Amino acid sequence: APNPLPPMRRKANPRFVFMGMRRCGKSSVQKVVVQKLPPADSLYLEPTYKVEHATMHGSFLHFESAEIPTQLPVLSPSYDHASIFSNIGAVIWIIDSQDEYFSSISELLRTAVFLAKNYPSINLDVFIHKTDGLSEEYKYDTFREVRQRVQDELSDVGYGHRSISYYQTSIFDHSIFEAMSKVVQKLLPQLPSLETLLTKLCATCRIQKAYLFDTVSKIYIATDASPTLLKDYEVCSDYVDVIVDIKQLYGWQEQVGAPSTSPPQQQEQQEEDEQRQNSSDAGLIGESIVTYDKTGDGYMFAREVNDSLSLICIMGKGSSVEKRVLIDYNVDVFVDAVVKIFQV
Amino acid sequence: MSSSERGKRQKQRKVLLMGRSGAGKSSMRSIIFSNYVAKDVRRLGATVDVEHSNIKFMGNLMLNLWDCGGQDAFVESYLTNQRSHVFTSVAVLIFVFDISSSEPAADLLSFASTIRALHEFSPNSKVFVLFHKMDLIPSVEQKTTVFRDRAAEVRNTCEAEGFVPGQVDFSATSIWDQSLYRAWTQVIYFLVPNAATIEAMLQKLADILDAKELFLYERTTCLIVTHVSRGPENPYPDRFERLSSILKSHKHSMAKHTGVMASEVSFAEMQIKTGAFMFFITRLTENTNIAVVMPSNEGAFNVARINVQLARKEFAHLDIVEKKGKEVQRVPKEDLEALSD
Ligand SMILES: Nc1nc2c(ncn2[C@@H]2O[C@H](COP(=O)(O)OP(=O)(O)OP(=O)(O)O)[C@@H](O)[C@H]2O)c(=O)[nH]1
Ligand SMILES: Nc1nc2c(ncn2[C@@H]2O[C@H](COP(=O)(O)OP(=O)(O)O)[C@@H](O)[C@H]2O)c(=O)[nH]1
Ligand SMILES: [Mg+2]
Repeated sequence: APNPLPPMRRKANPRFVFMGMRRCGKSSVQKVVVQKLPPADSLYLEPTYKVEHATMHGSFLHFESAEIPTQLPVLSPSYDHASIFSNIGAVIWIIDSQDEYFSSISELLRTAVFLAKNYPSINLDVFIHKTDGLSEEYKYDTFREVRQRVQDELSDVGYGHRSISYYQTSIFDHSIFEAMSKVVQKLLPQLPSLETLLTKLCATCRIQKAYLFDTVSKIYIATDASPTLLKDYEVCSDYVDVIVDIKQLYGWQEQVGAPSTSPPQQQEQQEEDEQRQNSSDAGLIGESIVTYDKTGDGYMFAREVNDSLSLICIMGKGSSVEKRVLIDYNVDVFVDAVVKIFQV
Repeated sequence: MSSSERGKRQKQRKVLLMGRSGAGKSSMRSIIFSNYVAKDVRRLGATVDVEHSNIKFMGNLMLNLWDCGGQDAFVESYLTNQRSHVFTSVAVLIFVFDISSSEPAADLLSFASTIRALHEFSPNSKVFVLFHKMDLIPSVEQKTTVFRDRAAEVRNTCEAEGFVPGQVDFSATSIWDQSLYRAWTQVIYFLVPNAATIEAMLQKLADILDAKELFLYERTTCLIVTHVSRGPENPYPDRFERLSSILKSHKHSMAKHTGVMASEVSFAEMQIKTGAFMFFITRLTENTNIAVVMPSNEGAFNVARINVQLARKEFAHLDIVEKKGKEVQRVPKEDLEALSD
C-alpha cells in the first residue's frame, strides 16, 4: 500500500500516477524523469506487475509518482481505488504514438469518465509519447487525431467540458521534461505570483526568457509570460547540467576523516556528495554567467535561489556587462520575493 | 619537395585510426573532431580508402589523422601495395576492436598483420588499443572480465610482433559516454611535444593565481591538453574526460540554440561562483581555452581573471617560438566542417 503522508506535505508535494497500455513507456518515463535513469537504459526494463512508487530525492518539489500496471483493474468497483487516487494531483496517460493507439484511446476515455465521476479535482494529462524518430508531419497528424477523437468521444458521453491537456513527448530529448514541467505547474498554487515576478524581472533587466528551475529534476516550476519555446527550455536545462556537473567535480570539501579517493559511483554516495556540497554553500549563493565572444553581451545567467531552486535566464541584446549591477540588484529583489512566496 | 612542405611534415604527427569495418572508427572521429553527437553517427557510411583530417593543438602539435576504411579489400591494399605509404613515420596507431563483433578471431588476425606492418616501418610508434561499443555489454562485472580477457589476448599478439609492453595501451570506449574522451585525451597527452614546458608555465601561473587547478583544452575537440593541480587531491580522477564531455555538450547546446554550427560557437567567458570554489574559462591561445578553479574569494577571482589575460602573451610567445624558422601551416576550417552537415 502507498505510504500515507502527513497532510501538510501532501498539499505541497505534487503527486501523480502514470497510466497507459502495456509497453507504452510508463516505467521509462517514471524512471527517466523521477529517478534519472539514462534514457538508453530503458531498453533493459522489465515489465511492471505491481504499483511502482518513485520519489525524487533532493529536489525542491519532492515529487512523488506511481506507475499503475496496465493489467491492474483500478477502475473496477471492487478495487480499492482510493488507495491510488485519493491524494494525487494528476493522472498522466501515456499513448505510444509508434504503435496502434485506438485501444489506448478507449481505455483513456474510460479513465477520463471514471475520474470525472469520482475524482473531479484530479487533472488529466495525456502524453503522446515516443515521438522521437517520427517526421514532423506524422507527429502533428497523430497529435491532432488523438486530441480530436478523445474530445469528440468525451462530448458524446457528456463530459466534453472536462479539460484535458496534451503533450508530445519522448524520453530521448527534452520534451518529456518540458511536458512534466507543465503538468507540475498546474499543481502549484504559487504559480501566478511566480509568473508575475519573472515577467517583471525580464522587463527591467532586458532578459529574453527566464525560468525558475527545480535544480535536481530540471523541471521548471515557472517562467515569464513571453512565448515558451522548447529550444529556450533546452538550452537552459543544459546549462543547469553544466553548472551542476562542474559543482560536483569541484564543490567537494576536505572532510575530517579523509575523503574517498575512489570515484563515487554508487547513487547513495552521490547523494551524500550533493549534501556535503550543499552544506558548504552557505557562505555564497552560487551564480554563473556565460558571455559571448566579441560583443561582450551576456548570453546566459544563472543564480541559485537556494540549494534546490535556480533562476536561469537567457539574456537579451544589450544586456552587457556594464548592466551587471542593475541585474544583480534586481535578481536579489526577485530572489527575496521567491523566498517569501515559498517561505523557504 | 619544397622546404615549406618539409617543414609541414616535420611538425605533423601522423596518427593511424584502424580496425575492421563497422568497428566505430569514423563514429569516434566525427564526434571528437567534427562536432557530431552520438546519435548522428548512424548517418555515416563505410569509409572508402583513407580519410584525412588535420587539427592543430597547442604549440607545434598538428595532428594528422588517417581514418582508414576497414573493409577487407582496403585493408589488403594497406598491407600490400600501400604498405610503406601507410605505415611510414607513424607516431600513433589507434586500433579499434568492436567488442560485439561476431568474428573476434578474424579481428585479431587483422590486428596482428597491421602491427606487423607497423613494426616494420615505424618500430618506435605507440599503439592505443580501444575495445569499443562497451555500452552493448550490460553489467559492470561483464565489462571488466571482457576487457581483461581481450586485453590479455591482444597483449600477447603485440609481444609476438615485437612491441614491448610500454608501447601498447588499452582502453574501453563507447560513443555514448565520456570513456571516448578519456581514451583520446591519453592519445593527445602522449603527442603534445612540449607538455613539460606548458606544464611548467601553467604551474607558475597556478602559483600566482593561488588556483586549485588549471587545465588547458583545445576548443574544437574539447580535449584536455594538460593540467596542473595544487592542494588536496580531487576525489574525481575521471574529471578531465567528464569536463571534455560537459564542455562539448554545452557547445552543442549553444549551437542548437543560436542556430549556428557548433564549430562557430565559442563563448568569451564562462564563470561559476559558489561558496566552495570559483571557476572560469577563457581563451588562452589561438586554439586553446584555459579553465581556472580557485578558492571562493571574489577579490582573488577578479585578480585571477586579469592575470590570465596578461599571461596570454607569454603563451602566445610559446606558440611563436615553436614556429620560428618554419612556415606556419594553417588548417583550413573546412577540413573540420566537411563532415558536419
Ligand atoms: N552501440 C554502439 N554502436 C556504435 C558505437 N560506435 C559506433 N557504433 C556504430 O557502429 C557502426 C559503424 O560505425 P563506423 O564509425 O562507420 O565504423 P568504421 O570503423 O568507420 O567502419 P569502416 O569505415 O567501414 O572501416 C555505426 O552504425 C555506429 O552507429 C558505440 O560506442 N556503441
Ligand atoms: N523510441 C522511444 N522508445 C521509448 C520511449 N519511451 C519508452 N520507450 C521504449 O518503450 C519500451 C517499453 O517501455 P516501458 O517503460 O517498459 O513500458 P511500460 O510497459 O509502459 O512500463 C522500452 O523498450 C522503452 O525503451 C520513447 O520516448 N521513445
Ligand atoms: Mg569509417
